[in-house]
Amino acid sequence: FNSMCVCALRRQRALSLLSQDENGVVLSLGADSQRLIVSAKPFRLDIMEGREVLLSLNSRGLLAFEHLRILEDGMWEETFKSHTDSKPNGPSSISLDFSLPGVENVYGIPEHADSLKLKTTDGGDPYRLFNLDVFQYEVFNPMALYGAIPVMLSHSAQRTMGIFWLNAAETWVDISSNTAGKTVFGQMLDYVQGSSETPQTDVRWISESGIIDVFIMLGPTPTDVFSQYASLTGTQAFPPLSALAYHQCRWNYNDQEDVAAVDQGFDDHDIPYDFIWLDIEHTDGKRYFTWDPHKFPQPKDMLQGLLDKRRKMVTIVDPHIKVDSSYKIHNEIRSKGFYVKSKDGGDYEGWCWPGNSGYPDFTNPEMRAWWASMFAYDQYEGSMENMYTWNDMNEPSVFNGPEVTMHKDALHGNWENRDLHNLYGFYVQRATAEGLIERSGGVERPFVLARAFFAGSQRYGAVWTGDNAAEWDHLKISIPMCLSLGLVGVSFCGADVGGFFKSPSTELLVRWYQTGAYQPFFRAHAHLDTPRREPWLFGPENTALIREAVRQRYALLPYWYQLFYHAHHSGQPVMRPLWVEYPQDTATFSMDDQFLLGRDLLVHPVTEEGARGLTAYLPGKGEVWFDVHTFQKHNGAQNLYIPVTISSIPVFQRGGSIIPRKARVRRSSSCMEHDPYTLFVALSPKRFAQGELYIDDGHTFNFDKHKQFIHRRLFFANNALSSRNLAPGSQFTTFSWIEKIVILGASKPSKATLKTPDGKESLLEFDFDASMSVLTLRKPGVNAGVDWTVVLQ
Amino acid sequence: MSCALLLLLMSLALAMGTGAAVEIQRPRGVPLSKRQFYEENKPFTCLDGSSTIPFDRINDDYCDCRDGSDEPGTAACPNGSFHCTNAGFRPAFIPSSRINDGICDCCDTTDEYNSGATCQNTCREMGRKERESLQIMAEITKEGFMLKQQLIHEAKRGQEDKQGKLTELQGSKKGLEEKVEALRTVKETAEDPEKEAKERHLKSWEEQKELIRMEKDKTRMAEAFLELDDDADGYVSVAELQSHLELDPDSDGSLTETETQGLLGGADKVDTSTFETVWSGIKDKYLSEGLSDPPAPVETPQEEETRDFVSDPDSDHYPEDYAGEEEDVEDDEEDDHEEEEEEKVPPTVQTPEKRADDEVSMPPYDTETQSLIDAAQKARDDFDEAERALREVDDQMKNLEKEIGFDFGPSAEFAYLYSQCYELSTSEYIYRLCPFNRVSQKPKFGGSETNLGLWGQWAGPEDSLYSVMKYDHGQGCWQGPNRSTTVKLTCGKETVVTSTSEPSRCEYLMEFTTPAVCQEPASLDEVLQGHTEL
Repeated sequence: FNSMCVCALRRQRALSLLSQDENGVVLSLGADSQRLIVSAKPFRLDIMEGREVLLSLNSRGLLAFEHLRILEDGMWEETFKSHTDSKPNGPSSISLDFSLPGVENVYGIPEHADSLKLKTTDGGDPYRLFNLDVFQYEVFNPMALYGAIPVMLSHSAQRTMGIFWLNAAETWVDISSNTAGKTVFGQMLDYVQGSSETPQTDVRWISESGIIDVFIMLGPTPTDVFSQYASLTGTQAFPPLSALAYHQCRWNYNDQEDVAAVDQGFDDHDIPYDFIWLDIEHTDGKRYFTWDPHKFPQPKDMLQGLLDKRRKMVTIVDPHIKVDSSYKIHNEIRSKGFYVKSKDGGDYEGWCWPGNSGYPDFTNPEMRAWWASMFAYDQYEGSMENMYTWNDMNEPSVFNGPEVTMHKDALHGNWENRDLHNLYGFYVQRATAEGLIERSGGVERPFVLARAFFAGSQRYGAVWTGDNAAEWDHLKISIPMCLSLGLVGVSFCGADVGGFFKSPSTELLVRWYQTGAYQPFFRAHAHLDTPRREPWLFGPENTALIREAVRQRYALLPYWYQLFYHAHHSGQPVMRPLWVEYPQDTATFSMDDQFLLGRDLLVHPVTEEGARGLTAYLPGKGEVWFDVHTFQKHNGAQNLYIPVTISSIPVFQRGGSIIPRKARVRRSSSCMEHDPYTLFVALSPKRFAQGELYIDDGHTFNFDKHKQFIHRRLFFANNALSSRNLAPGSQFTTFSWIEKIVILGASKPSKATLKTPDGKESLLEFDFDASMSVLTLRKPGVNAGVDWTVVLQ
Repeated sequence: MSCALLLLLMSLALAMGTGAAVEIQRPRGVPLSKRQFYEENKPFTCLDGSSTIPFDRINDDYCDCRDGSDEPGTAACPNGSFHCTNAGFRPAFIPSSRINDGICDCCDTTDEYNSGATCQNTCREMGRKERESLQIMAEITKEGFMLKQQLIHEAKRGQEDKQGKLTELQGSKKGLEEKVEALRTVKETAEDPEKEAKERHLKSWEEQKELIRMEKDKTRMAEAFLELDDDADGYVSVAELQSHLELDPDSDGSLTETETQGLLGGADKVDTSTFETVWSGIKDKYLSEGLSDPPAPVETPQEEETRDFVSDPDSDHYPEDYAGEEEDVEDDEEDDHEEEEEEKVPPTVQTPEKRADDEVSMPPYDTETQSLIDAAQKARDDFDEAERALREVDDQMKNLEKEIGFDFGPSAEFAYLYSQCYELSTSEYIYRLCPFNRVSQKPKFGGSETNLGLWGQWAGPEDSLYSVMKYDHGQGCWQGPNRSTTVKLTCGKETVVTSTSEPSRCEYLMEFTTPAVCQEPASLDEVLQGHTEL
């Protein structure tokens, strides 16, 4: 353990020595009276702030490090069912414990179908991190799923911190708490009697191999932790705007006629959509990068048909490659030696959709570069610029492998799969995203959806929660699953709307659309064996309900886009638990049936069958919230009972915020590019509000490379609403203008004057709804990219 | 009437060569029928009456009316609609969200007046095409409807024929029933004396057989006595019998002295006459010492034979059942046929021969008995034949009744499809539709046929029930429903399956043309006028 490195990343400088004796040293962590105490016997690290211990390492002495040793019988070869793991290096696991005094809530370590607030694991299985293709997973279960991000956040009313255990081997996390077992009465007794025990959460991490490489993020605020973590693994890729719109998927759209018919169905029923997806059946015998010659004989005609309607397509490209000497992709990978090798040195082969398959070694940069080149328009025949990519099965899934994945002794160069298993899917998505960037000469932003992921996957696209089921519990769990991912960097998350396995009831399908419309990645998907469920197949009333949900999504796209811009910029999650914005409000700490989008929208979707009402918690003492549908004002810091009907999607805008929308919902987001904005100004009790407006071309890297974007600050104070440039170095021209301004919680003015930079002043007509205190300013008509002020008198 | 006027206007416009210029002045996107609500320079009242606005707010790209009626020509209202005149084709309403969205929706290009999209006016071309296809359709409908009349006529005649046949059959059924009853009496009368004569014959044969058997048994006993009496002292002793372990009463592998004594009826040795009682106790188990001798008892081979007879078909069954599990149902059926054939043959041939080897066969019937038997057999044959004829008539009647009972449409115009099949070959499969029976799919390149559904019912919407057929309860799908097929019927001169698809897993859709659904055509002029407003 003599190679231990303690670094303070944030400040990028050596730690200064404060004091020293024969048993340890005290190091200064810089400002804030933060110190690190390193003790030798027994070995432990304590991070202090003032007199308080923030976090201790090895305080329970669970540090373990199984060093490499000489072969011992019984500890090497291991058999699971019919699979044998040769374990050529013997046992090599590592472990360390962390103690968090004062902490009762820990979050993160996705992916698990479990509550947002992590549970203690005493007497049960630990949370497991091992990327697996799980068939029909169960909810409220710590079992491993498709992705793994070994990052845990701790939170108390005083401080938020993070632990990033950088290890891609199979990992287990045990959580225990000294308050978890106590009843409310017991806790009260402690309080009354002044129990000496402070709450504490203890965590133990165990990985099967590798080194102990840990990053501690000290916060102290949630925002700080997000940016500290972003500095380590990067931020969310800024998706093309259209990727934030609605996606229509099914295993499978059968042929070109089917695609054309579904596309037309959306127009016939006036429901917007941006992407239609093709699952594995579109290929020629599950040979990715090819098309079934009978079902998809003219893919470019099909793509052009979609392009003519300003819509797009995603085709699936999975990382298992059919072993077939007449298949170009296979031959090239084999001849270049790019396949993962089995322990005996031959190409590793396993069973997947195409039958016998090879698995390209995506950890090899040369392999990734070659893979990326396969997305060039002249390589991927039939592809066009409006076609994007979906990487499924990238855990990787091996139907006949142990736990349906790769053998742990398979080799990626010198590394065993054991050592880097959880990274495989990350590299698949990375190579694919790089391919999509390259094919456009570095101009266009890619869009790649992946099922498996690791810390840092946010840099390459979106993820979804895998093969869920058409059940109410699966709808409910989609919220904590995506919240957990957002906390550890992955904002672009969604669940299959409607549920993948089984067939949803009409009510469940409608509720899922309503929920999905307010989650980052919004895609309907269905299993091959389920009946069709395009939105218009359930009668006119349900078609109307689904249409309305999708339209709400499209109207809100400017806000979604702005949130993703921020996620890309600073690593702040798009979809947030309430405690992120109300860190001292203990009532919010375990809430996961409602959530925030950015700071300003609170969503409590209806996820109960047959619901007639629900109780939403509106946080913030002294704050107000406005129902976005009725504009009714509610006070913060209350549990609000809301009667609901089948059309209800309870959403509230925070008083003090300004949210831009586009009210002219069209058949795809691209069609709305030049449309005007409506600004919703929700006044705080102090009659103040602020918000932003972000605009760029919606699909290229020019916002970054050439600073071609508009970023404006909108603020309402002293009865005046203004738009000011937040990015003076940027340049972009938009056709969009301000169509309407809706001020919630307003009083009636005698006149409203618009002032533009050319010095002109004009009177705005307005409408005032006294019953709801809503002031609507008619048609300011000013370009969205310039300075302007509206003064109310 | 207004149609005629509009057509006149259009031709006027064409004559002047300035198409659009003659359009009657009205705000963009307003249909002629609503022109009167948009009076120039007068305040406009939203069509739902919700508010009144100055005329210059119509189409000013801001939505003032809740019903969207103030912005018929812009995309400002989320619920508005835009009217394209589409001169030369059919006028249409499109959602106003499609105005200036960069996509050409109206064939007259009027929806994209400010988006930079370059649209071609395709109305005239589309109108021409539509007229052509309407004309073709009209001709098809006309011819199809004529064919349908013929079908109805034929169906009616067919129905009458069937009804006639049925009545006829009912008549002959009655006659046959009477005949069967009469022949049954004849048969029963002939069978009684036959039975008696046969029984007599059998009884005398049994008695004779018993004599032979006893004779044989005696011979065997004598042989056994000689064999056992090793010292030839005229007695069989305990020691002499003890070597026959097969006689061990408790089968523990050793024949003790006591046990042997017991076999000898308590005596130490027995002479020939006492041996008779001993023999009856041991003869079933006794094995001759002479190895070359065949096992003696008369009954044994017969038993074995019976066992063979029973077990034979069993062993035939087993491997086929096993194969059936692995292969599809269709294969099973084929196997069943083979099996039946095999079963019929072997036992009937083998048994009598085998019997003849080991047993003295029964002597032939005397002539008197034989003539009784022959007479009874003839009566039986006559009866069977009459019964068969009756069954046939019954079957025919059932089939006829079933066919007559089918719902072949309001005028039985679909009756001609009954017991026909129509095929469509695709790249992978041959689909087969046998109306009112079943739908199936067979892979082109080998593999068994799959049942896609059995006739269910007519399933069209209320106003055209007979436009859709539903076939269900086909072969089951893995984790899914049983296969089913919806057949959509459209008017055509020929009866053909035109397409098949599987829009949802295991739910098939088939398009089928037939004259039977052709509706009485309106005159072509009516058709064209109905579709060509200005």
